[in-house]
Amino acid sequence: MNPHTTPAATKATETPAAQTAPLIPLPLTTARALTATGALLSAASTFLSWTWTTRFPGNLTVNGYPGGLQLLTLTGALLTLAYTLTTWNIPGLRWLNPAGSNNATALLATATLATTWYTLVTIAVQLGGLANLEPGGYTAALATLLTLLGTLALPLDRHTEDTDGTEDTQDATPGTGRPKATTRARALARTALRTIRPGHPHQQPPPPRPLPPWAEILIIAAAFGIALGIVTYGIGTAYGELFTGFLLLAGLGTAGLARAGLLGRLTALTAKHRTPTVTAAFIAAALFPLTQDTDQYTLIAVNILIFSTVALGLNVVVGLAGLLDLGYVAFLGVGAYTAALVSGTTASTLDIHFPFWAAVLTGAAASLVFGVVIGAPTLRLRGDYLAIVTLGFGEIFRITVGNLNGESGPSLTNGPNGIPNIPDLVLFGYSFGDTHHLGTIALNPFANYYLLMLLFTVIVVLVFSRAGNSRIGRAWIAIREDETAATAMGINGFRLKLLAFALGATLAGLAGTVQAHVAYTVVPEQYVFAGPVPPNSAFLLAAVILGGMGTISGPLLGAALLYLIPAKLQFLQDYQLLAFGAALILLMRFRPEGLIPNRRRQLEFHDTTTTGPGTLTHPEASTP
Amino acid sequence: MTATDAPAPVLTATGVTMRFGGLTAVHDVDLTVHHNEIVGLIGPNGAGKTTFFNCLTGLYTPTEGTVTYKSSALPPKPHLVTKAGIARTFQNIRLFANMTVLENVQVGRHTRTKEGLFSALLRGPAFRRAEKASEERAMELLAFTGLAPKRDHLARNLPYGEQRKLEIARALASDPGLLLLDEPTAGMNPQETRATEALVHAIRAQGTAVLVIEHDMRFIFTLCDRVAVLVQGEKLTEGTADTVQADERVIAAYLGTPFEGAPGEEEAAEVAAAEARTEETQEGDQR
Ligand SMILES: Nc1ncnc2c1ncn2[C@@H]1O[C@H](COP(=O)(O)OP(=O)(O)OP(=O)(O)O)[C@@H](O)[C@H]1O
Ligand SMILES: [Mg+2]
Repeated sequence: MNPHTTPAATKATETPAAQTAPLIPLPLTTARALTATGALLSAASTFLSWTWTTRFPGNLTVNGYPGGLQLLTLTGALLTLAYTLTTWNIPGLRWLNPAGSNNATALLATATLATTWYTLVTIAVQLGGLANLEPGGYTAALATLLTLLGTLALPLDRHTEDTDGTEDTQDATPGTGRPKATTRARALARTALRTIRPGHPHQQPPPPRPLPPWAEILIIAAAFGIALGIVTYGIGTAYGELFTGFLLLAGLGTAGLARAGLLGRLTALTAKHRTPTVTAAFIAAALFPLTQDTDQYTLIAVNILIFSTVALGLNVVVGLAGLLDLGYVAFLGVGAYTAALVSGTTASTLDIHFPFWAAVLTGAAASLVFGVVIGAPTLRLRGDYLAIVTLGFGEIFRITVGNLNGESGPSLTNGPNGIPNIPDLVLFGYSFGDTHHLGTIALNPFANYYLLMLLFTVIVVLVFSRAGNSRIGRAWIAIREDETAATAMGINGFRLKLLAFALGATLAGLAGTVQAHVAYTVVPEQYVFAGPVPPNSAFLLAAVILGGMGTISGPLLGAALLYLIPAKLQFLQDYQLLAFGAALILLMRFRPEGLIPNRRRQLEFHDTTTTGPGTLTHPEASTP
Repeated sequence: MTATDAPAPVLTATGVTMRFGGLTAVHDVDLTVHHNEIVGLIGPNGAGKTTFFNCLTGLYTPTEGTVTYKSSALPPKPHLVTKAGIARTFQNIRLFANMTVLENVQVGRHTRTKEGLFSALLRGPAFRRAEKASEERAMELLAFTGLAPKRDHLARNLPYGEQRKLEIARALASDPGLLLLDEPTAGMNPQETRATEALVHAIRAQGTAVLVIEHDMRFIFTLCDRVAVLVQGEKLTEGTADTVQADERVIAAYLGTPFEGAPGEEEAAEVAAAEARTEETQEGDQR
């Protein structure tokens, strides 16, 4: 069963058994030395050539300095080394690993191994055989394996709720009393899974050393600086292999840092300093276009922002109010079409040109009206019915705008051709279509749009957090949890659901008005239920679920991943929806709460105080 | 407590009938609850007690009959009933499992607060004040029910008895004039039952009338000013604890009427023995 559903009562009875015997029996010092040597060797191997030809992208042929994917291995190896040293009580490193967990080291070693081996296997496959690997490549393979074996010989802590041992002896081969080989393999696999499975370390990390507030804020700023660096690197990866390597390292590496308790500390800090955190995040995001020379990746970044903003809007509907909306992209479409119609393009059937702020208000208002019109009849339905009806309405929107071409309907949207040539925005005399120079910094058109969209994202983030954390937000969550009980508490279910639906629609409409200008064209096919280009209803919902329902950073992260993966991995193109489906199934099986679990779920982890029957106090008021 | 003390009864149900297709779950039930009264509603399983509650609180629209609260007719909409001043708990606990204890009670305050979406987005001083007041009131209720130390726990992580208490705290948050409790001690141990008794008394002391469904007769008879008995959807009798306890028909309704031709001596002895045994275990539990 999922460990996150364990009620506190049973959790309290669990012994917080800290560390169990290592998977590989070796003396502790040997294990540590092995890990450290392996990590050093791995790092060193990146300075050698891994292959003989530059046909593999990134040029891994140079002896003397690392390049391309080797840089990832180097990063992973150095991190592993640092974490090995943290458990040696080397002063100045302890902060890296507050939980003092060897699992963090193991996860980082796994990350390094995965990236390295992925690189080597890809070289062999692409160039046709292992013969294409140079000795440096073999060294890297062996060194990373050595590191991982070293970490597996360290004492690791595991999820202990599974009955350890009992199952191993259950199907012992009769007569011998020794477990069958298959059973042992299965037990080992289970243990390995439990070791890497993200979760809470059994030892609560000691409380952090108190720091002056400015230092804490500095740490937050530094963290966002690093995050900006990582995201920029990911968006800027020039070829698919590098991106895959990056995802492997970043994904497993982040799991490692979470296991170390480092991310938990950081989250605590950000919770303590809300405003500085939001500001730091905003500044880090605003700095992104300045790191770019061309607008190639800025365009990707704008689209990610649009996608994530709409996903966050959907999170109001799905994550807070619990309404499964499968036609959400239609609201983005309403906003985009409205903005396009009033943008003054010659292709628009309306001969008007609104200033941008008016276009934004019109787009949002149109979306709001559309949301209410769709919501009013459908929100009386519950659960599956609502999903089906919203799916239908989403498609009706697309088909309708595809037919309002003057032939099969009134002339409004040019039918399937859409509305092209949407002019660039001009706000207060600032033309978004031109490159502007601020001193030495050049802001190209997409950078302008990026900054504008970022402003919208911030607005949506604020709306989400403020609405969610209020009387209305609590009512939404109550409806999501149990609608009958919510109405019995005096909540007008229909009205509040309509409010959530309308707010969600408005937020998507807002994003749509920017999208129309970024894309220069709106066509009905942008607003399908499921398709290869991300902002579509299925992907939006997936971004919310993948990231973590009801959270702010979840949908942002989920959307970024769901946009980047298809954009970077061209070879996936034909299998994209298949891979997407498989990934969703795996996600639901192993991490149903999404990549970033909701605070509500995290709260469980802190429910350590137990209540025996003795603490059932008499109500104070009853003894006057 | 007599009816002349209070001008109008808190609750008047007249001729409430509820049919599900061919099944008449509640038939022509009249019930009155006066100011500051604790009224018990008992009856064998499937008698229609919960259905009657649902009719009172608007979860079901009664097929026939009217329900008035303090002399105004109640619309059959749960949220309007709560707004009018009737709050309830559920037989099978229905907390907002993934919300904290505090948040659960704050949701209960929904009808007594009015901050809308815009004030939440703008976060003006009025909004902050209202949020603070809502939290303070919720904390008062948590202290009242003895749950204050658990404010930040998730509702689903509470032990069973505390979940029932939280349901009561949540219902009280709407400042009701009448509280409906559906089997508040089901699944509780004797100490917890005793604590719940004290809690119900304290609620009445604050001026809230209580209508309570319960199978625990000790609980009902020590607590209630008046007890109504529902059998197969119809009100069999109503009166003080003593009258109801003495009523032959009530005993028959609970234990069943003797078979035609009376049970053999063996069966009778068996039944007596079994009863003696349960009696014993109950006594043991209470010690
Ligand atoms: N929604 C419904 N549809 C059809 N029949 C129902 C419905 N709700 C209740 N009933 C039936 O009405 C009868 C009364 O049920 P009710 O739940 O009110 O009994 P109860 O007195 O609360 O019993 P218990 O003590 O077991 O809680 C039962 O026969 C039940 O099956
Ligand atoms: Mg019942």
